[in-house]
Amino acid sequence: MSTKYAIVVFPGTWSERDWAAAITDVLGETAELVFHKEKDLAGADCVVLPGGFSYGDYLRPGAIARFSPIMEAVADFANAGGPVIGSCNGFQVLCESGLLPGALMRNRSLQFRCQTQHLRVERAAAPFTSLAREGDVLSIPISHGDGNYHADDLTLARLEANGQIAFRYCTADGEVTGDANPNGSRANIAGITNEAGNVLGLMPHPERAVEAALGGTDGLVVLRSIQETVHERAGV
Amino acid sequence: MRFSASVYVALKPGVNDPQGNAVLGGLHSLGFSSVADVRVGKYLTLDLDAPDESAASAQVGEMCEKLLANPVIESYRIEVGPAGS
Repeated sequence: MSTKYAIVVFPGTWSERDWAAAITDVLGETAELVFHKEKDLAGADCVVLPGGFSYGDYLRPGAIARFSPIMEAVADFANAGGPVIGSCNGFQVLCESGLLPGALMRNRSLQFRCQTQHLRVERAAAPFTSLAREGDVLSIPISHGDGNYHADDLTLARLEANGQIAFRYCTADGEVTGDANPNGSRANIAGITNEAGNVLGLMPHPERAVEAALGGTDGLVVLRSIQETVHERAGV
Repeated sequence: MRFSASVYVALKPGVNDPQGNAVLGGLHSLGFSSVADVRVGKYLTLDLDAPDESAASAQVGEMCEKLLANPVIESYRIEVGPAGS
């Protein structure tokens, strides 16, 4: 039996087909595109908020998407412990909706950055990084203009203390340096989870690194970790 | 009654403003060396109906908290007056 991944599609979302291909062709699971006007997640086992430019990034990235009808169902799913992953614009939507703390601002360089990026795994735990070890360096593409993570000092201290920082931008040998930071994020943060650990937001695109033909397979560490948890939860 | 509201949204003090820094650099390279700091924000105008000015102001305040500003990184200031003023 395959499990079902709901991929939420807002007007302006652009990564939903990459996610669907990764989930169906590579993981062998079922992917369902769920339009933002829907009110339920059709019995999904995992929710994906993909990258793109929902509502043209008007006002602020993710600001308008958070009021879409489907987001209430996403919040209910997350609050019930279901795994939710938001990548790129999905991370921005999760922050705007309050499911994750902090905010994503314009890149420090003011440039759109589209490149392969090294990430250090800061926390190896279900559901998103159970197949990694802390300190592992993953090579995963980024593609964004607003990935500059900001949180105030108190929030940042809480993220550190609770082990909510999932990934940091780093050099090829895993050093977290200013030069390795592509967007100015505080503490080189590339991805964080909520306190319960079942909601992950990250700027990089793991779905774009799942086949050797795409230039790398490090994204599979994240996708297969999720798959393992989803199987456990679904009793498959 | 119809009112006009002006909403000024800016990054909070202490939040790094990459656009402001770029504009600051541009002004310096034009020779405006007197400029010490630049912050780039947003300016929105709204027309709305409300029983009185304080109700209009309260409504716009709620809009700012919920959508127009992100309280995590931004602050806002509201000015309300009769429409067409």
